[in-house]
Amino acid sequence: MKKNKKKNWNDYIWIMSAVYMILGFVNIMFAWLGLICFLVPLGISLVKGKKSYCNHFCGRGQMFDVLGNKLKLSRQKDIPAFLRSNWFRYGFLTFFMIMFANMVFMTYLVFAGSGSLKEVVTLIWTIKMPWDWAYNGAASSPWIAQFAFGFYGMMLTSTVLGLVTMALYKPRSWCVYCPMGTMTQGICKIKDAA
Amino acid sequence: MATTNIKSKRIAEVMEKGCVACGSCMNVCPRDAITVPKGIIAVVDNDKCIGCGLCKKACPASVIEIKPRPEA
Repeated sequence: MKKNKKKNWNDYIWIMSAVYMILGFVNIMFAWLGLICFLVPLGISLVKGKKSYCNHFCGRGQMFDVLGNKLKLSRQKDIPAFLRSNWFRYGFLTFFMIMFANMVFMTYLVFAGSGSLKEVVTLIWTIKMPWDWAYNGAASSPWIAQFAFGFYGMMLTSTVLGLVTMALYKPRSWCVYCPMGTMTQGICKIKDAA
Repeated sequence: MATTNIKSKRIAEVMEKGCVACGSCMNVCPRDAITVPKGIIAVVDNDKCIGCGLCKKACPASVIEIKPRPEA
């Protein structure tokens, strides 16, 4: 990549994304920081009607870029057409939001006292991995820890999916079906039409 | 810069359908010729694009084509 542009501070956000994934193995409570990746892009698209987050600040996109282009871990092939079709993108967004709501509901059950804290991280929505070593019981209330476990599971799942498509297709293939990207683009479309 | 001094005979074109507005193209463009102004679709500045094809290579949705530059 020939580029004469100066590097900016925001060219290094991929380090934060990598550190975030590692911190989840150390202490699950760090998972809460991931909310930044949800709220900031939504805020930018709602207020400014732009995808500046994807374009300049997405640490995950940059991380895939570094892995795929710098470290040459990507096959650099075109993504299959169905993965970039609208029905798949919006379908995946819908599925992701349902799983997110499900996770919030689990948190609510723990909050309400009708469910117990499960110290597991669920990968690809099915594989329950014991994760008790990353939690020292420090949360003031169990629901706070439950949310952290649930949220980190989502982040880990999407990272794994992103890594697989990064390797198989183009580095930033995740961006094609990233639920946040689809959602913010949808918001931009609605704002532009209004 | 009304008339370009670009001698390249090729130009990048973003296909209308399928752009996810991720900005991969914008970040690799050596001439700052691509932007994602409204968060919907990437837009090529014909006065800056030299048709080098870096954006086509970077585009994860494969919606960029390098085409012959239309005669002015």
